[in-house]
Amino acid sequence: MKIAVLSGKGGTGKTLLSVNLAAVSPESLYIDCDVEEPNGHLFFKPQDIKTEKVNVKIPQVDQELCNGCRVCVDFCRFNALVYVIDKLIVFNEICHSCGGCRLLCRKKAISEIDKEIGVVQSGKSENVRVLTGILKPGEPSGVPIIKKLLQDEGQENEDVFIDCPPGSACVVMESIKDADYCILVAEPTIFGVHNLDMVYELVRIFHIPYGVVLNKCLEEEENPAEDYCLKNNIPILGKIPFDIELGRLNSNGEIVARKQAKYRELFQNLLNKVKKEVQHETASNT
Amino acid sequence: MKITLPVDKKSKDANISSNLGRAPYFLFYDTETEEYNFMDNSAASSQGGAGIKAAQNILDNGAEAIIAPRCGQNAANVFMTAGIKIYKNISNSISENIAALKEGKLTPLDDIHPGFHQHGGRQ
Repeated sequence: MKIAVLSGKGGTGKTLLSVNLAAVSPESLYIDCDVEEPNGHLFFKPQDIKTEKVNVKIPQVDQELCNGCRVCVDFCRFNALVYVIDKLIVFNEICHSCGGCRLLCRKKAISEIDKEIGVVQSGKSENVRVLTGILKPGEPSGVPIIKKLLQDEGQENEDVFIDCPPGSACVVMESIKDADYCILVAEPTIFGVHNLDMVYELVRIFHIPYGVVLNKCLEEEENPAEDYCLKNNIPILGKIPFDIELGRLNSNGEIVARKQAKYRELFQNLLNKVKKEVQHETASNT
Repeated sequence: MKITLPVDKKSKDANISSNLGRAPYFLFYDTETEEYNFMDNSAASSQGGAGIKAAQNILDNGAEAIIAPRCGQNAANVFMTAGIKIYKNISNSISENIAALKEGKLTPLDDIHPGFHQHGGRQ
């Protein structure tokens, strides 16, 4: 069972939810795909860390072979190549590693070299295997790191929780595309509704079953995100209260479900609901 | 000498455009023949790397100098490699800047910014 947790903006509670769901599951794999600022590891503090480099290919030019035809310059939609006087120059930080320039070069003047864009770290925290992707600052895209992370599909007995980057851009699409189910985390504000709407649209494009967890809920207060779900018939999986104690533990890097029985119960109920939904979706799809 | 200015329309009374890579047009002016040529900037609609593509177009059209309010780091690297000088404009008027260049009154542009890549032109 592969569950992706996403939201249209940062700070809604994606990491709170995915970390605590992974913690209450008997055996789980937690994958932090928020590679620009991964923070799940701050909660898990995983042991026995193994680090693996992630490389992409970038073009290297043999100026002797280049005849200045500029087929590569015209082809590159990111404009990473420029031909100045009699030299082909590559802007490495703009290149998206598509390999098109090398394929098109008739003179075979372009070869490819490895460029390290970040790392993947794996470790263990009690019942949870923790995978973290870390993108180097300044790199244009975290997609290659997310691809590397998601090569680990989890063991048979493991529940997989994918903690997505915020928003609905290509890094999020890469993170959710093979998920069995998506949990959308929403805040009880009008701004929260706007952000929920973005990811709601995304999961429907991908035809992935979904449900919403309403975070920071206040008793007897208006909840525009809940109204939005009811209006659009979006399943509500559960609510996380606006709770100072929970907030304090979480800000101190504690996993609330491992700290207090009442929070363990909260997330256990959420996990049960999610598993039921996934089973229901799988059944209705076959 | 052939010089280039980023401009907002194809006319001699156009204003100098504040952005080089995504200026709608370029004016190519020849100081010897006093000829004006306007060109569409095909880089303006680029998804990324507009400055680099604009710089490629400018140097392909034989410019030896540029007059602009500012220039991004990537485009500046291309111009430096090609030996093209970048001057800071003194006003928004094409004719005033050309006159100032001819009199040697323009100063080199030293305000090379790191680019506005995906940051919506925030300074």
